[in-house]
Amino acid sequence: MATAPDTRTASAPARAPLLSVRGVKTYYGNIVALRGVDLDVHEGEIVTLIGANGAGKSTLMMTIFGDPRAREGTVLFEGRDITRMPTNEIAKLHIAQAPEGRRIFGRMTVLENLQLGASIADPAFFAADLERVLTLFPRLKERLHQRGGTLSGGEQQMLAIGRALLARPRLLLLDEPSLGLAPLLVRQIFAAIRELNEREKLTVFLVEQNAFHALKLAHRGYVMVNGEITLSGSSRELLNRPEVRAAYLEGGRH
Amino acid sequence: MEVFVQQLINGVTLGSIYGLIAIGYTMVYGIIGMINFAHGDVFMVSAFIALIAFLTLVALGITAVPLALFLVVLIAMALTSLYGWAVERVAYRPLRRSFRLAPLISAIGMSIVLQNFVQIAQGARVKPLPPLIGGGYTLIESDTFVVRLSNVQILVVVTTIALMALFSWVIARTRLGRDMRACEQDLKMASLIGIDVDRTISLTFVIGAALAAVAGIMNLLYYGVIDFYIGFVAGVKAFTAAVLGGIGSLPGAMLGGLLIGLIETFWSAYFSIEYKDVAAFSILVIVLIFLPTGILGRPEIEKV
Ligand SMILES: Nc1ncnc2c1ncn2[C@@H]1O[C@H](COP(=O)(O)OP(=O)(O)OP(=O)(O)O)[C@@H](O)[C@H]1O
Ligand SMILES: [Mg+2]
Repeated sequence: MATAPDTRTASAPARAPLLSVRGVKTYYGNIVALRGVDLDVHEGEIVTLIGANGAGKSTLMMTIFGDPRAREGTVLFEGRDITRMPTNEIAKLHIAQAPEGRRIFGRMTVLENLQLGASIADPAFFAADLERVLTLFPRLKERLHQRGGTLSGGEQQMLAIGRALLARPRLLLLDEPSLGLAPLLVRQIFAAIRELNEREKLTVFLVEQNAFHALKLAHRGYVMVNGEITLSGSSRELLNRPEVRAAYLEGGRH
Repeated sequence: MEVFVQQLINGVTLGSIYGLIAIGYTMVYGIIGMINFAHGDVFMVSAFIALIAFLTLVALGITAVPLALFLVVLIAMALTSLYGWAVERVAYRPLRRSFRLAPLISAIGMSIVLQNFVQIAQGARVKPLPPLIGGGYTLIESDTFVVRLSNVQILVVVTTIALMALFSWVIARTRLGRDMRACEQDLKMASLIGIDVDRTISLTFVIGAALAAVAGIMNLLYYGVIDFYIGFVAGVKAFTAAVLGGIGSLPGAMLGGLLIGLIETFWSAYFSIEYKDVAAFSILVIVLIFLPTGILGRPEIEKV
């Protein structure tokens, strides 16, 4: 899929996508959650997926990890079919996720959570990577030996992102990182994502309900309605589409 | 007074054995939320493996007790771990995504299978082992009562303390322990960060069975007789210990084991030896009613 130039610098990438989702259908029992989703994320991009509650955004994030598994269609990472791979093997390809609900290991310390995030990474990088994450989120530094469950919501979100970063991801999946956070914190977290993308060429696939912020941050976006992609394009295009404005921007929270 | 001291010694010994078995219940519950009813029978199997190993070694002419004991511990731990691993692999893993009661029913089935298997293979009668480790110390001697601390009791208590220390260190400080705790808290997230959940669950069963194997050997040395039914009785008591301490909590299992051992011996000494097993059941009922999370347990934390 070609991408038009947008407000940010990215131009249409010519290479094969890093992540490619093709005709994916996912079910919970007999209930269909994804009805044939096609979507690409190229190396170095920030791509956002927006949609209302229950559209199937989190389901897609988890389907990329094979849990739940796509019943039809394929998920390709660097051209390799990962649709049937065990979840932990997918993680070993350096795809990391800060999932919905944060899923901090609440009875372990912040440091242990970060160490667990580095499970698949080469231990030789740990000290330096930890330092970088703590520079990015200084609040975690003061709380390294505090139990994860005692952190505030915003701190837990930082920890969830930090934990994912310690896997040295080639592709970072973020499921609603702004959920429940004060506007200032949202801006901080989004600034951190932009910085990682610009400085380290980190590829990010971001699920958001906060469509305005997400489209400001991302190069491209997709809109999901009821398990299907209904719109896609550069962030600027989407920001100007009347359907998007009506459904996700005006009167919506941002 | 003398009676009290003697019962204290006996109770701590018994409590050590229960504590080692209780760890297996509590670990499995912690990680996959099921009660492994076959765990007591795995303990029983280990006692039989140890007995057969002892007799085989004697037949082979290896009669030096320290060497024989060392070999028996190795053999029993290895083979019992294999049983623990196989039980999970065959009876629980295929049901992991099934409804919640399915693995429990399967566990009861495994318990019956192991009991019947040993009953058929080894016979239903009580099997004796001649005392291997004799001797001990007389601590207090009065006209009416002698307080003894036998070498077997020292061995049991010291081994238990050493194993529990080692095990606690593994859980708190090693990579494996961290992975196990991560799985215990959130299986889905654990696999998202690349932990092999199936392997970690298998290792949990292996470690639980290895500890139960040591308990089985100690039980054999301490009582000198075993039969195919000891797993049920010891299993219920160790399970009670795990619930009393707070199921899911490792220090809880150790503390609960000690308490159940003490309660049982004091009950036998001061009330009635016939009803000593009733004591454990009564405690189980009382704990479940008044203290459902146990002494060191935590209330169920709401999952997001
Ligand atoms: N474990 C599950 N079992 C059954 N149905 C589920 C399950 N998880 C999600 N669903 C259903 O699948 C649909 C998509 O859910 P999903 O969580 O992917 O939505 P979402 O777009 O992430 O929504 P939100 O913005 O509220 O997080 C919903 O209708 C939901 O009820
Ligand atoms: Mg969601």
